[in-house]
Amino acid sequence: MSAVLEKGAPKASAPAMRPRATARAGPQRSASWKAALLPIVLTTIALLYVAVALLVPLAAVFVEAFRKGVEHYFTSISDPEAWSAIRLTFTAAAIAVPANLVFGIAAAWAIAKFDFRGKALLITLIDLPFSVSPVVSGLVYVLMFGLQGWFGPWLAEHDIKIIFAVPGIVLATIFVTFPFVARELIPLMQAQGREEEEAAVVLGASGWQTLWRVTLPNVKWGLLYGVILCNARAMGEFGAVSVVSGHIRGSTNTLPLHVEILYNEYNFAAAFACASLLAFLALVTLVIKTVVERRFLKSQR
Amino acid sequence: MSIKIENVSKRFNDFVALDHVNLTIEPGELVALLGPSGSGKTTLLRVIAGLEVPDEGRIYFDSEDATDKDVRERAVGFVFQHYALFRHMTVFENVAFGLRVKPKKERPSDAVIREKVHGLLNLVQLDWLGDRYPHQLSGGQRQRIALARALAIEPKVLLLDEPFGALDAKVRKDLRRWLRRLHDEIQLTSVFVTHDQEEALEVSDRVVLFDHGRIEQIGVPDEVYDHPATSFVYGFLGHANQLQSRVRDGVAEIGRSRIVAPEHKGIVDATGTAYIRPHDLDIVDDPSTAAFTAKVEHVVKLGSTVRLELSDVADGKALEVELPRERFDELDVVVGSTIHLAARRARVFIEGPAVKQELA
Repeated sequence: MSAVLEKGAPKASAPAMRPRATARAGPQRSASWKAALLPIVLTTIALLYVAVALLVPLAAVFVEAFRKGVEHYFTSISDPEAWSAIRLTFTAAAIAVPANLVFGIAAAWAIAKFDFRGKALLITLIDLPFSVSPVVSGLVYVLMFGLQGWFGPWLAEHDIKIIFAVPGIVLATIFVTFPFVARELIPLMQAQGREEEEAAVVLGASGWQTLWRVTLPNVKWGLLYGVILCNARAMGEFGAVSVVSGHIRGSTNTLPLHVEILYNEYNFAAAFACASLLAFLALVTLVIKTVVERRFLKSQR
Repeated sequence: MSIKIENVSKRFNDFVALDHVNLTIEPGELVALLGPSGSGKTTLLRVIAGLEVPDEGRIYFDSEDATDKDVRERAVGFVFQHYALFRHMTVFENVAFGLRVKPKKERPSDAVIREKVHGLLNLVQLDWLGDRYPHQLSGGQRQRIALARALAIEPKVLLLDEPFGALDAKVRKDLRRWLRRLHDEIQLTSVFVTHDQEEALEVSDRVVLFDHGRIEQIGVPDEVYDHPATSFVYGFLGHANQLQSRVRDGVAEIGRSRIVAPEHKGIVDATGTAYIRPHDLDIVDDPSTAAFTAKVEHVVKLGSTVRLELSDVADGKALEVELPRERFDELDVVVGSTIHLAARRARVFIEGPAVKQELA
């Protein structure tokens, strides 16, 4: 704020400097007063916006969740169907996150440390899930693996269920969370260059040794950051999963889908109880993310 | 170990980095690859290390063909321009890396590694820095650690890519003298890349001059400086004034001055460019023997020598003369005075058609 004052004041008062010494104080004071006001106004707008758009809804989730009392809250979340939704959400994340972790490292390594044909295309493709609507991503899987889809008849013949079953949910989750780890690692690895890897290889390290001992330790904070974001999205994904899920209660409902069902059944307290779990997960993620981010920035220096 | 480079070529898309290069480096020699950036010197170093694969040609270590050998198996020590120390490891672990990644059967015990790393850190006089991380070290210290790390695997060849390029002038000078002493001590076949001619001339046993992917000249430092083989070498090694010249019957005419050019004995008539070192020009009183007449633009006193920056009266071209301080003090030269200069020594490179003497 003081920097704004120092910069703002002389500029604004310059035209009024000469004529009369007495008149000088007036415009200068009002100019600095305006300059001081600006950050306050901006900060207030930002804070109000955050409060209305974020904090109030977040608080509402917890308030609504406990409206019918603590006991009702715990009954809601320990309901078998809720429990099954929680398990499925964690299962999908537990498969999608490691899969995208491995893919993300491999893709980032290839893109940052090697030259090959089609590199630009690969970079573009990695971004695809970000630019496609999640509903479309879900539909793509229905088109491929659904009963009327390309592989539908073959899958039916071999009694393999993908759509309206757990594999479909996992695939959809993988698809929408695909870019997170790779996107985080590529610029980082590119900035670090290839020299350390070259040094390792000249010293006799194999490809694996180079990866484990040099490349990964150098990007560990960025990697963890990518994993956290990937996990948050994997657990919270609604659109794509909704299309492929089939909403079979106690079987193919993830936590976000379960919340929707409860809500549509006017079971608000239970819906908010389950939503509060997701909100809680988000808050935990946020804390971890902040800590990791701080370490990450420190390691960059 | 000797290194033999046979007919090696390498292109990057349309850019020719190495154009049929042949070079033999003797065991225990310290060779400098010198040239402007983009001349191919670093590419050759990387080809020797195995970090680049040549499009054509072979590389021999002693008599063994190493062309198709993997980088890992070549056992070369490589020092990178920007050190490439492992930033998340301590200095000790950096130096120990090459020993720790050896296959289980060959890997020395922890005690042996410790002893060896401390030995190397002592060699580079930085044993007290073992617990630090690279970012806590100065540039000169980092480069010495990088060297210790490269030596840990007992390489048969040491390759250094612009090893002092990122350091400031003072550290650079100290470090290159130190490298020369170290080399005399350990007698390891070494090749280093530099674009700094002073560095190449001071440190190396032999200098290899590169331009546009080709070797222009190979020789001991005195030889390449005093007898440049091509106009490129003359222009690149040290400063040289370039003047139009006409060669007639083995005599080079530069302005009104005449210099015997024995290397052009057979040439009856040709034009070319004369290269004259600033310290090979002298101020003369008699304009009829002068190579050119020029106006003094600046006088720069550099300790024991004085550099005069001149502009040619005839065409305004910038020229340089270097005089010993005493000689300058004798003369009455100030900025703005007009002086006549004659060349003590010059080398003329013929350009265009030359009329040659018919051999009987």
